[in-house]
Amino acid sequence: MNTVVDKKSGANESLLVRGYEVVIGFETHAQLSTQSKIFSRAPTAFGAEPNTQACAVDLALPGTLPVMNKGAVERAIELGLALGSHIAPRSIFARKNYFYPDLPKGYQISQFEIPVVQGGSVEFYLGDEKKSVRLVRAHLEEDAGKSLHEDFIGQTGIDLNRAGTPLLEIVTEPDMRSTAEAVAYAKELHKIVTWIGICDGNMQEGSFRCDANVSVRKPGEPLGTRREIKNLNSFKFMQQAIDFEIRWQIEEIEDGRAIQQATVLFNPDTGETRAMRSKEDAADYRYFPDPDLPPLVIAPEWVERVRASMTELPRVMAARFCADYGLSDYDATALTQSREVASYFEAAAKACGQPKLVGNWIMGEISRRLNAAESDISACPVSAVQLAQLVGRIQDGTISNNAAKQVMDALWTDPQAQVDAVIEAKGLKQMNDTGALEKIVDAVLAANPKNVDEFRAGNAKALNALVGQIMKGSQGKANPQQVNDLLKQKLAG
Amino acid sequence: MSLTLADIDRLAHLARLGLQPDERSLLCSQLNDFFGIVEKMRAVDTSGVVPLAHPVDVRGDMALRLREDIAGEPNQREANQISAPAVESGLFLVPKVIE
Amino acid sequence: MQSIDLHDLTVAELAASLRDRKVSAVETAQHFLNRAQAQAGLGAFLDTDEAVTLRQARAADARLAAGTAGRLEGVPMAHKDIFVTRDFATTAGSRMLAGYRSPFDATVVSRLADAGVVTLGKLNCDEFAMGSANENSAFHPVKNPWDTSRTPGGSSGGSAAAVAARLAPAATGTDTGGSIRQPASFCGITGIKPTYGRASRYGMVAFASSLDQAGVLARTAEDCALLLSSMCGPDPDRDSTSLDVPAEDFTRTLDADINGLRIGVPSEFFGEGLAPDVRAAVDAALKQYEALGARLVPISLPRTELSIPVYYIIAPAEASSNLSRFDGVKFGHRAKNFTDLTDMYEQTRAEGFGDEVKRRIMIGTYVLSHGYYDAYYLQAQKIRRMIADDFQQAFKDCDVIAGPVAPTVAWELGGHGNDPLADYLADVFTLPASLAGLPGMSLPVGFGARNLPVGLQLIGNHLTEARLLNVAHRFQQATDWHTRRPQGI
Repeated sequence: MNTVVDKKSGANESLLVRGYEVVIGFETHAQLSTQSKIFSRAPTAFGAEPNTQACAVDLALPGTLPVMNKGAVERAIELGLALGSHIAPRSIFARKNYFYPDLPKGYQISQFEIPVVQGGSVEFYLGDEKKSVRLVRAHLEEDAGKSLHEDFIGQTGIDLNRAGTPLLEIVTEPDMRSTAEAVAYAKELHKIVTWIGICDGNMQEGSFRCDANVSVRKPGEPLGTRREIKNLNSFKFMQQAIDFEIRWQIEEIEDGRAIQQATVLFNPDTGETRAMRSKEDAADYRYFPDPDLPPLVIAPEWVERVRASMTELPRVMAARFCADYGLSDYDATALTQSREVASYFEAAAKACGQPKLVGNWIMGEISRRLNAAESDISACPVSAVQLAQLVGRIQDGTISNNAAKQVMDALWTDPQAQVDAVIEAKGLKQMNDTGALEKIVDAVLAANPKNVDEFRAGNAKALNALVGQIMKGSQGKANPQQVNDLLKQKLAG
Repeated sequence: MSLTLADIDRLAHLARLGLQPDERSLLCSQLNDFFGIVEKMRAVDTSGVVPLAHPVDVRGDMALRLREDIAGEPNQREANQISAPAVESGLFLVPKVIE
Repeated sequence: MQSIDLHDLTVAELAASLRDRKVSAVETAQHFLNRAQAQAGLGAFLDTDEAVTLRQARAADARLAAGTAGRLEGVPMAHKDIFVTRDFATTAGSRMLAGYRSPFDATVVSRLADAGVVTLGKLNCDEFAMGSANENSAFHPVKNPWDTSRTPGGSSGGSAAAVAARLAPAATGTDTGGSIRQPASFCGITGIKPTYGRASRYGMVAFASSLDQAGVLARTAEDCALLLSSMCGPDPDRDSTSLDVPAEDFTRTLDADINGLRIGVPSEFFGEGLAPDVRAAVDAALKQYEALGARLVPISLPRTELSIPVYYIIAPAEASSNLSRFDGVKFGHRAKNFTDLTDMYEQTRAEGFGDEVKRRIMIGTYVLSHGYYDAYYLQAQKIRRMIADDFQQAFKDCDVIAGPVAPTVAWELGGHGNDPLADYLADVFTLPASLAGLPGMSLPVGFGARNLPVGLQLIGNHLTEARLLNVAHRFQQATDWHTRRPQGI
């Protein structure tokens, strides 16, 4: 930890914006992928008719009480293990009291003094620099309902379907020093929660909501007053909102105005942030332990059971790719962007024993085509097995790289296509028959005495002309390397 | 420690209780009377005592019971909204909320 | 059997007569409905519905005929209006919930129904169970059948009055700081509050979550045992604070010998605050126990008086939060006139809540508010632990604890006037057991001034309800206080 602190305390000159150091911390609300709500048995599915998934407990009807969902706790443990956090053996649910129409009980059940997940960090690459953002905590709480302001002239409609959906609020230290680092952190956290499957990560539907606490200061000065940008529901908006907020704060300070702590909303249309009508009484939530819920006790055995059942984490898998397949850190990270890509890579690499080539094809040809089609690896028309066969054919010299691209075209458009069949059909095999090649070479030499003399006179370029002639003579099937060797050997004679 | 009318107003607003002028002053004196008998309690030395949040948790080993993650509540919107003051197409209506 | 006698039968006797088909459930229900009608002046009931009650009674008769009857088949009973019910309105004695219909039944209500109980209606109580005289009901006060100028006690005043006036053989109640024991004492009947967590709180309109506990009021300990056996048991799917303790048949040990029983007598319960007439009746009861072979052991509960501030901080704190859901959005009262959302909240709650409820919401909001939490709420929770430990210390020397339920007999309606503190102070003997989550009961042991009933409080350690009921039952086998009835009933 200390080393991290030290790293953070010294401002990195190159990151200063108009002489100011940017300080960013995150609070992320991740909806947990449970079947039922955190304290009731109502379903959590998105997009149902208003209030059809809000049961008596979710509506806080008189006499109802909360009963904790084991699945939500399990997911909290998984996140804690994924981020190297401490899993509290005993944590407490508290009531956060405030009045709001989308908060049926008039209080939110959350965790205050003792959260279930404590400490840990999120590590990722920013360019080729390794970053580590420390977590303060992640605590379990219930989501609120939704207020629909559009309709009902002069009134607001309340839909409580979302009320009681389990959330993990993941809170970081103010460790980030640039918008790029902040967005990279958010993307990494998003990758992790979806990778381990505790959250579907759908930002449009609000499954993964980020609040960014942004402040600026002159290097070495104490932390500036922060403003919290709420509900950033896409990485693009996140980038725009934080950039705008940084500029805005610096201008305020430059104009001699002090920053007031505030909660702000980002308007994608104007690209600006504006302060919310300050939530009243925000200062006094009257937290106290919820008497309806005894302490949440998590036995070490449970943590170990969860650990044993957990899938290999991206960080760990990337390290293994470097060790087992000799990939670079950069490539290994790129190939562990998602579980699908990683397993596609591993299947192909194992099948042909050419991890580097396979990696290059995935990061190059395949991702280029997928991006163009706005699709992803799960929808890739070329299977890992086919890619392995294709790479195998390049490796054993059957086809050249260029020919392989033509094969890929065929495979991409025709799901029935087979690698070798395509090579045959398109006649892409390289000519490896020395006898036949020798005939062509002799013919070309005989037909181009001029080039031969020039070459012998020391003009290396002349050789290229001859090679071109020979390749042409072989309809491009000759193996260029073989041609070169043969020519040199004959001309030397 | 004695509560003022300003305290009463702050608390009433926190609790969303609209008070009549005469109610304010009555409550103020009644609460101050009450906190008179509370002073005795504040004087007690409780250093090292663990707060008791759940009365049967005398041994401090009470644990939250967990429910299996199974969705099992049918839609009962109609029954649940029978006593709702204002509903339109399934939504509870409230005065406009400004953010 | 002549129906004129029906209301004199105990629950045990009624259940037997119904099982032997000496009397039908419909006949029984009708008899009690008529009595409730005739005694409407007592103000015990808040809602009755003859059609619903008779429908339930007919179903009970059918099961009796079919031989599929439950243990309490056809026994009529009324529920404190704190329990939500599908078939009757549930108001919790508050304007806020006037006419409220719950889409589900409280667990306690459905458990009793499963045993065959027929519901006579809903019983009056202090608003959200906050009070000691039933004068905080938003609708009308309840009169004590022994002296209609007096309070029946509270908050389960309607329950106690109904049972004492023979309008129901038994009634459910809830006890947060004495709300079953004190009205039982004031009305000369038997009432028990089990260990916290014994009976599910699901479907009880919450007042103070860490204190609320369902219980029963009847005329005899045997009836309490019978009913409690059907009410209790874990409710894992609905109440996280219900204990993992299997339902028990509390009647099995009713007749157990109490020879050598050690009865702890806390000196703090017998100070100068205790009225002489109450003291005389309690002392006589203790003598009676000695005659039955019990031994009196002097004990000390040193923090008895502290339980008043501790309780009146913890209960309002929890209440201030529990009552936030009454905001005029999902159910209940909403003000007609308001300017905006905040004003809608403030007007709705100003109109919907009564004075005592507002008072406690204000106290609770204050003790939880920023900067005061440690000094008040946390300090109270720590002393609560000390009070609980005092009991554990005491139970090393005794099996049960006995003392008065209240310092005086029932007082005049309006007697405490505009002095809420007077009500708070009168709870001093019932609060300690509530704070410690211990089972407690009240049984009639005589009369004080103006021939008003006096109850003896018995407190047991956690989960010793069977023992408490046995100790009370043996007393009732040897005495007839529990058979006395108010003039003209």
